[in-house]
Amino acid sequence: MFVQFFLRRLMYVIPMLIITTLIVFSLILLIPGDPAVALLGENATEEKIAALRSQLGLDQSILAQYWNWLGNAVQGDLGRSLFTGENVSQTVISRLGVTFQVVLLAMFFSFIFGSVFALTSVLKPNSFLDYIARFFGVLGTAIPNFWLAMILVVIFSVQLGWLPATGFISVTQSPVDFFKSSLLPSFCLGAFGAAQITRQLRSSLIEVMESEYIRTAFSKGLLKWSVMWKHGIRNALLPVITTIGLLFGNMLGATVVMETVFALPGMGQLAVHSILQRDFPMLQGVVLIMVLMIIVINFITDIIYGLLDPRIEFK
Amino acid sequence: MKQELIKVENLQASFSSQQGTIHAINNVNFSINEGEIVALVGESGSGKSVTALSIMGLNAGNIKYSQNSTIYYRGENLLASKPKTMKKIRGNELSMIFQDPLSSLNPLQKIGRQIAEPLMLHLGYSYQKCIERIIELLTMVGIPSPEQRINHYPHQLSGGMRQRVMIAMALACDPKLLIADEPTTALDVTIQAQILSVLKKLQKEMNISIILITHDLGVVAELADRVLVMYSGKIVEEADVYSLFESPKHPYTKGLLQSVPNLRGDKENHLYTIPGTVPNPLNLPKGCSFYNRCMHASPKCHDKSPTWKYDNKSLTRGYSCWHPLTDREEVKHYV
Amino acid sequence: MIRLFLTKLYNEKLAFYSFVYLIFLILLSIIAYFFAPYDPDVQDLSNIMAPPNSEHWFGTDELGRDIFTRTLIGGQAAIQAGIVGILIPLFIGVPLGVISGYVGGIIDDIFMRIVDAVLSFPAILLALAITGALGVNLWNAMIAIGVIFTPQFARLSRGQTLQIRREPYVEAAKISGSGPIWIMMNHIIPNISSPIIVQASFSFSLAILIEASLSFLGMGAQSPQISWGGMLHQAYSMIFVNPLMMVFPGLAILLSVLAGNFLGDGLRIMFDPRTSRL
Repeated sequence: MFVQFFLRRLMYVIPMLIITTLIVFSLILLIPGDPAVALLGENATEEKIAALRSQLGLDQSILAQYWNWLGNAVQGDLGRSLFTGENVSQTVISRLGVTFQVVLLAMFFSFIFGSVFALTSVLKPNSFLDYIARFFGVLGTAIPNFWLAMILVVIFSVQLGWLPATGFISVTQSPVDFFKSSLLPSFCLGAFGAAQITRQLRSSLIEVMESEYIRTAFSKGLLKWSVMWKHGIRNALLPVITTIGLLFGNMLGATVVMETVFALPGMGQLAVHSILQRDFPMLQGVVLIMVLMIIVINFITDIIYGLLDPRIEFK
Repeated sequence: MKQELIKVENLQASFSSQQGTIHAINNVNFSINEGEIVALVGESGSGKSVTALSIMGLNAGNIKYSQNSTIYYRGENLLASKPKTMKKIRGNELSMIFQDPLSSLNPLQKIGRQIAEPLMLHLGYSYQKCIERIIELLTMVGIPSPEQRINHYPHQLSGGMRQRVMIAMALACDPKLLIADEPTTALDVTIQAQILSVLKKLQKEMNISIILITHDLGVVAELADRVLVMYSGKIVEEADVYSLFESPKHPYTKGLLQSVPNLRGDKENHLYTIPGTVPNPLNLPKGCSFYNRCMHASPKCHDKSPTWKYDNKSLTRGYSCWHPLTDREEVKHYV
Repeated sequence: MIRLFLTKLYNEKLAFYSFVYLIFLILLSIIAYFFAPYDPDVQDLSNIMAPPNSEHWFGTDELGRDIFTRTLIGGQAAIQAGIVGILIPLFIGVPLGVISGYVGGIIDDIFMRIVDAVLSFPAILLALAITGALGVNLWNAMIAIGVIFTPQFARLSRGQTLQIRREPYVEAAKISGSGPIWIMMNHIIPNISSPIIVQASFSFSLAILIEASLSFLGMGAQSPQISWGGMLHQAYSMIFVNPLMMVFPGLAILLSVLAGNFLGDGLRIMFDPRTSRL
């Protein structure tokens, strides 16, 4: 039964893959005029333009172009950079690690801060801590992450000199230096997530704690903390799983800004550079890999939700 | 004489709200004997649920009891007892079932786990050790193939089955007192009868006391030994079930009896409704709170709240009314 | 009608003041051209990176330009982005969603698969990629923002349409011979407008945030056009020299985004009092 559920969810992913790849491919069609001319500039020679046209397959029909591009992409060939001639797949994959480490740490921060804020807020409603938590819940969703980053850089790098303002050291090289170099980026990246989780978990906790099965739990003789833990938090965390899935996508997108601010050599920075250099195969590669990661993560959270909520039938 | 299990004296409770103080219970006195089924009857808002939740200590945090309010359970004043003592009693010796069994069960836990919870808490059983007892309990409340049912989730059961699960859960630790708060209101009529017979059977077998909260006099007639009629936070009449249906003393009780649908079907008699509404608990009248709806009311009723009078020597029959109905006064009883 | 709206909104204090702030911001950024104390582009190299003072309320930047004036005028880019960012989805996303929900069947399936697919892209990355393809300038950035918001509006309108398309008044209109376009225009859209207005309010502030991010990355407003994101980009390059430069443009973004969010929250409660507030 679970296998059927799994397969049905998987079937749902297939049209998603077709449409998302189509969108990624279509990006090149948005370029006004002849893409080859636009990419090489007005002064390019006829031969160069012709060469690029055939490299990009622009002399074929659009459907054929898509089919070729997709066929190559499935085999792991996303073309070559127009700027450096590097293999796009290899370059994107080499950038993946940085982005992934920072996003994971950011997700960790979001979850920890979000849960702590939501719990204090619900345990002592209308207390000072509740107001603090709600304040951060409101602020975190509105503050521009790059501005927050600049403020923290001024405080912790410029004034106090505790943390580096830019650069990245992988966790495999030195865990301590990794933490130092990605503390600020992850924190800024996670601020939005922390606020979202605070809001979501707070409202679902309040809803759960007002429900009748909580009264039943009290009537069994359980004390507040056991009720909270055994029936409250567990049930309230369920909808948060979906939020976390969505946050992953959001954070991957936000790395575009964060990696530029902190000069982290990840996928986001690569995306910005390839736009500035009009390096379309590279841009397509980055966007494609990111969206694939998001589809996979959403698929996983979907499955986890299905496993944890008995009300979802696997039929 | 039977042993007294619960004695509620001078119970007075209020909630503070933004609009002011809500006087939910205004001086309630009664006692429950061992092995007795007592019905607490009244309209919604009459304070019957708050009274029951006071015994369980489950009222919302903003409730205030008056200084001299006491609820004695086997010599222990529950209102003054420490959380630790209360924790030992609640769910163990006193337990409760609620109106809507679906929302009263945790949707994400298997019912076996939920029934095991009081056993593990109060008797210190491991889950493995509980299973045998759970199956026994589920058999007692009439759930077929209990071995499979313990691994089901609430949404996989029917309404009646869920209420049986709630009863099994409440009875897990052999309680002395079961409080049933509108246990059949949310169920289909045919299922209601089944649940009532389960309650009746188990009460006899286990010799537990039951406080039955309901507004359905049919349920009262079916199950209760004794009846307490509540109105506006007070008990207005107390009687054994036969006397109450035979000769109600309080005009409100009479009104309740008359508003039961008539199965004999004389078409001239439309369904009786008591005119008016319950007084606002934010601002109670100084006289009798039934004054504005009562056909027998006099100026005295307006000025002075009626005192409690016993009608017999054994002190089991009483009322709170200046103008009680006389015996054999014409009452249409249809139940 | 407007008076009733304002009286009702007045009960939601925070939302009301946010509304007033946003109106004020729009007016201010327009009249700033005529009344600003300084010319936003005039450099005064004798007075660079001044801290806030009585002559330059917000101080001056690294070329001696008045930050107060530039912040006021920078509001234009933000407001434009907010407005374009909700107009495109209102005129494309809402009709698509309503058609999808009302017609149903294969059209609904195709539309919703496309919506799901677009929503699985990280918003800011897709906006960036579209801007990059169309050509880097503020106008294209605003179009990109509008495009990425469209699926959300489509999904919302579709869900709302599904809820009301079997309502008696819709059925009655059908029986009386009204065509589907008439019904959608006159019965469906007016009745699903409340949640769409709420969504528009949140999207307005998100559009300001994304525009600022894009301009910060150099993918939105291009110099000499002034925008808060662009000013922060400048400030970032001066971060070791004069950290004060970043304070006011950042605050302007924060306040405007907050105002949009509060307004959305207030409208949500106003339209549906059962929902809780945060």
